[in-house]
Amino acid sequence: MGFGRDAIPDEGKTEAIVYSSPFSYYRAATLEEASHQLLRLGEEARLLAGGQSLIPLMKMRLARPAALVDINGIPGLDSIEHDNGELRFGALVRHAEIENSEIAASIPILHDCAAGIADVQVRNQGTIGGSLAEADPSGDWGAVLLALETSVRCAGSMSERTVPLEEFVKDAYTTVLKPGELVREVIVKVPPKGSGGAYVAFKRCAPVYATVSAAVQLVLDARNTCKDARIVLGCVGLTAIRTTEAEAALRGTPLNAKNVQAAADAAHEAAQPQSDMRGSAEYKRMLVAALVKRAIGIAAQRARGEKAESGHEYAGR
Amino acid sequence: MPDADKILVRVRVNGEHRDAMVEPRTLLVEFLRDQLNLTGTHIGCDTSYCGACTVLLNGRTVKSCTLFAPMADGGEITTVEGLSTNGELHPVQKAFADCHGLQCGYCTPGLLLSTLHLLSKAPKPTDQQIRKGIAGNTCRCTGYQNIFKAVRAAAAAMEKR
Repeated sequence: MGFGRDAIPDEGKTEAIVYSSPFSYYRAATLEEASHQLLRLGEEARLLAGGQSLIPLMKMRLARPAALVDINGIPGLDSIEHDNGELRFGALVRHAEIENSEIAASIPILHDCAAGIADVQVRNQGTIGGSLAEADPSGDWGAVLLALETSVRCAGSMSERTVPLEEFVKDAYTTVLKPGELVREVIVKVPPKGSGGAYVAFKRCAPVYATVSAAVQLVLDARNTCKDARIVLGCVGLTAIRTTEAEAALRGTPLNAKNVQAAADAAHEAAQPQSDMRGSAEYKRMLVAALVKRAIGIAAQRARGEKAESGHEYAGR
Repeated sequence: MPDADKILVRVRVNGEHRDAMVEPRTLLVEFLRDQLNLTGTHIGCDTSYCGACTVLLNGRTVKSCTLFAPMADGGEITTVEGLSTNGELHPVQKAFADCHGLQCGYCTPGLLLSTLHLLSKAPKPTDQQIRKGIAGNTCRCTGYQNIFKAVRAAAAAMEKR
């Protein structure tokens, strides 16, 4: 692509550093201030949280915002709270904090996700709010949080609203956030007793996005009948895909090999993958079916109270 | 045209107060290397992949090619230059030297800081924790085996300290 050398400004630099386009930089001290700045600066402005998606995009000049509003200094956006049957994640909670959080560990699928996003350095910096607002079709949180009951608390300059995640993400890289509106909090309902979930994401190596992922959350009764199921496919569509057909194959039926295979087959059909450098469309379809099967197995073990490991699979892990 | 005026960035690097006026788009790695002349932090892929540019920012490893310098304002940074004291190698550095945990050395500054961060979280890391802890640092020479040895030796040396 050669963007590196092209991007060197005419200042006699000898080193090939990849530069973004010039921008002006603002720090917001409060949410209200961030919202006002976004409104004042208009469409050319972008919000800056962890920056782990935005900065690479800017360096490749796929994004060229004229202004950045940095919200990292806003107090009170970095806590994880558990109350009233809900986990509430401030927009600036870093992936690494969720990975190491005892509160979040009560919902294993959250730990599966947080502990394997990219690598340590990216997890130390990237945020849950930024990940959802970016709405990258290959993002991990978009798939995992759709397998739970999740809503997104959005703050504008004058008002607030809480939007179910299903409605929050509209399309690839597109959310319902209006001008001047930003993610304040991500709210996850604690799953009922007898529930278990698992996230399995397959990637070539640690720092990259997954090729395909599957997020499954099940409720089993004492006789191994599936009372409820949520099955979400990641990286195989413009947004994460919740597949009701795969869920229907499990719901109300005994969790046996035949029904699990039916769910995997339904996932194979529901996927809308595109061929790219990570794999062909047909390869991704087969992979998503395999990952759904694996995630159902681990989710079921956990629903029965057994310990089982899950997360990102990659060479050298 | 956007207003791209220079802004002041003030940080504490390896215990010393440093500041410079920079364009906002200046990357943290470039700020360290060009403004502060701390060239121990390397630029490898420059695309947030290889980890050669890893530094500690407020005690946590970050990729300094994937942060704008103003984001570090007010922060505490440790680079490879800050590891030794009075000419004596840090135990992590000594372990890498003793175990041949490097060949060309390009990735080493980043690996040293990732190791330091890993050992601060897991003083006695398992093999899996080591693999995961350095998964964001690419080495094209060693095949990693001597790096694993070095991390284990560093953990043992740090425990004795």
